[in-house]
Amino acid sequence: MDMNFHPEDLAFRDEVRKFIGKNLPNDLREKVRRGLHLGKEDFEFWQKKLNDRGWFAPHWPIELGGVEWSSTQHYLFQNEQVEANCPSVMPFGVRMVAPVIFTYGTDEQKQRFLPPILDSSVWWCQGYSEPGSGSDLASLQTKAVRDGDHYVINGTKTWTTLAQHADWIFCLVRTSSDGKPQEGISFLLIDMKSPGIEVTPIITIDGSHEVNSVFFTDVRVPLENLIGEENKGWTYAKFLLLFERSNSLTGGLKQQLHRLKTVAAAELSGGAALRDDPAFAARVADYEVQLRTYDALELRTLGKTEPGAEASYLKILGTDLQQLATELTLQAVSYYGNPSIRDALVYGYNEPSIGPEYAAPAAPQYFNYRKTAIYAGSNEIQRNILSKAVLGM
Amino acid sequence: MDFSLSEEQQLLKDSVQRFVREEYELEARRKLVASDIGYSEEHWAKMAELGWLALSLPEEYGGIGGGPVDTMVLMEELGRGLVVEPYLTSVVIGGGFLMAAGSKEQKTELLPKLAAGELKLAFAYAERQSRFDLNDVECTAEVSAEGGGDSYKISGHKGVVFHAASADKIIVSARTSGGSRDADGITLFLIDNNADGLSRRDYPTVDGLRASELEMDGVAGAPLGQVGGGAALMDTVVGQAIAAICAEAVGCMDVLQETTNEYLKTRVQFGVPLSKFQVLQHRMVDMFMECEQARSMTYMVNLKVDEADKVEREKAISAAKVQIGNSGRYVGQQSVQLHGGMGMTDELHVGHYFKRLTMIDTMFGNKDHHLKRYADL
Repeated sequence: MDMNFHPEDLAFRDEVRKFIGKNLPNDLREKVRRGLHLGKEDFEFWQKKLNDRGWFAPHWPIELGGVEWSSTQHYLFQNEQVEANCPSVMPFGVRMVAPVIFTYGTDEQKQRFLPPILDSSVWWCQGYSEPGSGSDLASLQTKAVRDGDHYVINGTKTWTTLAQHADWIFCLVRTSSDGKPQEGISFLLIDMKSPGIEVTPIITIDGSHEVNSVFFTDVRVPLENLIGEENKGWTYAKFLLLFERSNSLTGGLKQQLHRLKTVAAAELSGGAALRDDPAFAARVADYEVQLRTYDALELRTLGKTEPGAEASYLKILGTDLQQLATELTLQAVSYYGNPSIRDALVYGYNEPSIGPEYAAPAAPQYFNYRKTAIYAGSNEIQRNILSKAVLGM
Repeated sequence: MDFSLSEEQQLLKDSVQRFVREEYELEARRKLVASDIGYSEEHWAKMAELGWLALSLPEEYGGIGGGPVDTMVLMEELGRGLVVEPYLTSVVIGGGFLMAAGSKEQKTELLPKLAAGELKLAFAYAERQSRFDLNDVECTAEVSAEGGGDSYKISGHKGVVFHAASADKIIVSARTSGGSRDADGITLFLIDNNADGLSRRDYPTVDGLRASELEMDGVAGAPLGQVGGGAALMDTVVGQAIAAICAEAVGCMDVLQETTNEYLKTRVQFGVPLSKFQVLQHRMVDMFMECEQARSMTYMVNLKVDEADKVEREKAISAAKVQIGNSGRYVGQQSVQLHGGMGMTDELHVGHYFKRLTMIDTMFGNKDHHLKRYADL
């Protein structure tokens, strides 16, 4: 056993740091650091910088633009970016649909869809959940019916993140009602500009617009946009979910801890810094210990080549910690969690802040992060997976 | 021992429930929250007409002479409706200060107007450095040269003053002597909202209310209560306010518990209602037990809030606030979780109750603050 990074890992980390230092502009770093709203152009800018260096799709096969990194290097690469306040990579194209395309797609599909994902010229969103199909995803009802060389799609997808910016959507659709529900699902790629698609925003409790409903009315999709075989979509969807759940969360958690400590150092309690208040200090220490535990757990899983059941417990424990960090930060800002000025979360807001500048995102983030225990398979569903797959119950 | 409501209290409860049913559909509330002033003058007039504003005020000044339990009944139903009118700040807190410490003239002038809905009050206490310590006061008050000893000039900053914009008068804590965290030397003052030297920055809050930052530069104020005796006065009235918001929180929690229970029974996944899953049944039972505990502590604190023994009273207040914080957090978070994506939407009422409960935890001190206070008593 050895818990230290090898010298070549550390050299790699320094190389990543140097790259970030050279390429991440200060205003973008500031936006991320302060938890302000990022626009499409912010994500695009950073993704293009990464792609210029050949680092945008490191987990792809080398011949398609990937890099031959160890899992430790992937871990370091992701976490260095988060800790340095780089914008996150939008996962829907590069991390989600792309692995499905390069694993199950035809050569034609690979040539058509992968290059525009690499250069960030085409944005993707994910059409999985439906109003009646959340945790029970396999019960989905959006229908695809063959009509000549097209499928005709009717139905509704919901909680579709950033559909308002997407050019394409990858969808699970029902192509058969025979047999088990899982056996009649197909995986389709659909152009968002197709006639009959309507996107309506869903505003969440923090006041933001991240998710949408997507309505399909007689939308015609060429048969060639089917991935793999008809009625085999569930297999591809499960493969993709493993990728969706296998993002390293350690870097983000460390960044949240850093932010919490900054706030606790600046806030006052009884004439001294809040970080010196014994009760609050104990809470922060407890959080930090849990974070170390999470990090050790995640490092232990690095050796594995395929993401498996550990993705489920990392998701449960990681999202619990994400939520706890937002809760502690909101507690730290006390009364200044109350003011709600949407524009204060936009970079370049010119009015002086109400209370300390760091207070404005505290409540919205606390409310927004409730989603993390719900999305990508709720934490209850993850426990079902673990009890079945690992404990054999 | 008797925990049942009197006939009058039951009538009051019914009457508030009717008001909430008729006036506080989520869509109607949404419009109110988005309006210029953030509440409804018509509602306020109606609340006066129905006697709610007079409920806790003394009969000799146009009130009804009710006690904390009456206020509790009213606050619980206002909580169930997520009512945004400034009842807590005007009547419970503002009226509480006037009753506890107002001079004969102040009471005669102001209490009848308060009861009639012609006067609104706000309470400015928090400062940038104060966190939850009511005695951490840096605003200062000096005897005014032209006032002849009874008029003061107040200077300094007050933060997150709820409903300051709609208030006619604001009650401000300021230091007339002593160091910045001394209990001695704090005095409460009544200032006019349109006074010279006062500037306000108004904003909405995350739970749909309104608040303001106040800058005061030599604002004229009349003492409310004994000069230098503000700390004890705040303990009394803020204690009453805590007892009242515990009841508001209980109203919020019950709605969430009932709604979530109903949702689990109707939402079908995997071919059965969610309520058939044992893990969710147990979660729901835990939510229910939190509601019952919160209600018990709310009754307890409202029966003890006027208790003469200071330690007994203060312990009851802090204990109740801790329990409400715990219960409110659990019930709020789990209601969102069990509603899944729907719980995250602004469209559903669940998130709005969750946000209000979150902010009630902060108000007048969160769990950590009250645990420490309890231990120190």
